[in-house]
Amino acid sequence: MQQIKKSKNLTLAGYLSAKVSSSFAKFIYKRVAIGLLMMIGITFIAFAVTQVVPGDPAAVNLGQSAMSNPEIVARWRAEYGLDKPVPEQYARYITKVLHGDLGVSQHSRRPVSQDLAEYFPATIEIALVAIIFSILIGFSLGIISAMTRDRLPDQLIRVLSLTGVSMPTFWTSLVVFYIFFFKLGWFPGTGRLDPGGDEPIHLTGLYTIDALVHGQFSIAWIALKHLALPAIVLATYTIGVLTRFTRASVLEILGNDYVRSARAKGLPEWLVIKRHVLRPALLSIITVAGVAFGGLLSGSVLVENVFSWPGLGQYAFKSAIALDLPGIMGVSIVVAGVFILMNLIVDILYRVIDPNLRSE
Amino acid sequence: MTLLNVENLSVTLATSSGSAQAVRNLAFNLDIGEILGIAGESGSGKTMTALGLMRLLPHKGFATGSILFDGKNLLAESNKAYRDIRGNQISMIFQDPMTSLHPMIKIETQLTEHIRHHKKISQEAAHIRALELLNTVKIPDPASALEAMPKQFSGGMRQRIAIAVALACDPKLLIADEPTTALDVTVQAGILRLLDQLRREKNLAVMVITHDLGVLSSLTDRIMIMYAGSEVESGLTSDILKNPRHPYTKGLISALPTSDLSGKTLKTIEGMPPELGKIPSGCAFHPRCSYSRDPCALEIPQAVQISAKHRIFCPVNPLVNS
Repeated sequence: MQQIKKSKNLTLAGYLSAKVSSSFAKFIYKRVAIGLLMMIGITFIAFAVTQVVPGDPAAVNLGQSAMSNPEIVARWRAEYGLDKPVPEQYARYITKVLHGDLGVSQHSRRPVSQDLAEYFPATIEIALVAIIFSILIGFSLGIISAMTRDRLPDQLIRVLSLTGVSMPTFWTSLVVFYIFFFKLGWFPGTGRLDPGGDEPIHLTGLYTIDALVHGQFSIAWIALKHLALPAIVLATYTIGVLTRFTRASVLEILGNDYVRSARAKGLPEWLVIKRHVLRPALLSIITVAGVAFGGLLSGSVLVENVFSWPGLGQYAFKSAIALDLPGIMGVSIVVAGVFILMNLIVDILYRVIDPNLRSE
Repeated sequence: MTLLNVENLSVTLATSSGSAQAVRNLAFNLDIGEILGIAGESGSGKTMTALGLMRLLPHKGFATGSILFDGKNLLAESNKAYRDIRGNQISMIFQDPMTSLHPMIKIETQLTEHIRHHKKISQEAAHIRALELLNTVKIPDPASALEAMPKQFSGGMRQRIAIAVALACDPKLLIADEPTTALDVTVQAGILRLLDQLRREKNLAVMVITHDLGVLSSLTDRIMIMYAGSEVESGLTSDILKNPRHPYTKGLISALPTSDLSGKTLKTIEGMPPELGKIPSGCAFHPRCSYSRDPCALEIPQAVQISAKHRIFCPVNPLVNS
């Protein structure tokens, strides 16, 4: 699945930069190949870690009475292949994964790929909304902050961004939930849709997009309202990080000789910022934004719990406490895949932003 | 005709231990078509003088005094009004051509953006002007150079491009801050010849800042020597180099390496220049000066006129009358 996603991406990017297509394609193929190797390495590490953790999956998943019956335990272990030696277990697992089979979850008793297909889009949806808002707001605030260095707007923004970074997510979740749902009633409380509400026709699994594509505007509106609070909570921290990072990066660039040259030309300050500062600033900011997006995906457990958001975080949490090996591995693979994909996108954006990288 | 008249210029900078004066009560002027050299050790306030003129001082730095350029007091202009002068009538070349051009913007944009902003001309007209400028500064194949990125050029070529950028709007005053310091000796001569040619062809007033008296000797009409943010001596280039009066200038000139002294140790001036914010009382040079007498530590020296254009800031008699 990952592979298909990536190859789609690279042909699209390839069209965009037809000028340098051959060196660009070479770069993409190399990066995808490295990415796949990294994924295999990650499955190995994740597998090894689950073996080291003390605890017996059988004891967690079978009841006490079943546990006292050695025959049932043996059959359960055989069913999930846990009776085999560990290296063989890994070899069998990785062979199946390479054939697209992620195994069957021990706690949901469904194929892991089916679980992921259900939970993953929910997380992607809030993470996407959160990261888009974070980049727009964080980048703008950071630039304003740097341009008004040590003056009032800068000081206000610095206090706000420090607050954003310092507030623990679980606490923000509870406060936001209490104020906007319980007290003010402006937003719906939990879940992705109103209880008993219709789901949009399935396409991507992102409810707002699916509903919009199929013209189900009332469902899109409901889904959007449900999305708002958890996305805001998730974005709080990322906005803070990106604001502070943008400020630091813009200040550093403002101190460069080439910015002094631009000012020496008598250009208006907005043009100096737009043409001479933003481009190099973007280079460092997209790096952080890429990492932050990965963090949003894997770090949304607490927020998902407070807002009963049926996402990857919740699934990862349930898999972990059930010592559900296929589940844990499935989540690891998806999250690792997203990180690798994000890095690839960041590297492509580097080349879009910095013309010097294109000719190399 | 006087183009630039600087009176009482002081530049104050913010340092970690409070504010400090990097330039103190400087006064000089510059005629149309004249090249003035400003020399001194690092930290003597040469660059801050230039940045003060350009109003490009570092964060929290400010300049006081008066800078009359073409009849306007530059320090009294609003930021917006000043931006119409900067890059248009006054432009500057910086020390390091490896960092002064934007690494991610192609040459044509860097060469034409301020022409288009100040002169409000079309892209085509700006393109033609850019070709002309690259010809002036002797860049081979200007058409393809315009499409290139800065990293495709050597240091000397980049400095030529930076000069083209500075000349783009036909300025009246060009400030060159150590224009050849970062370049090879062989490349240096070419850049200096170019500056001299431009001065003659375009009647440009040029202020060259350097710590290298060798650079100044071949290029400038007049030289001003600075120490610890103040002028110590100024005069015609030949007067300064052949007949220096101030002990500091004498020290600088005797420290120049010459071919007939080969095998001998280079002379140096004892001690170190003062740090920013720790400038000695009275004459700032007195702790390092062999002529120093008691009053030197107490009184700020006044200008002593040696001849019409030659003055020193040192009242010690044997030097004045030698």
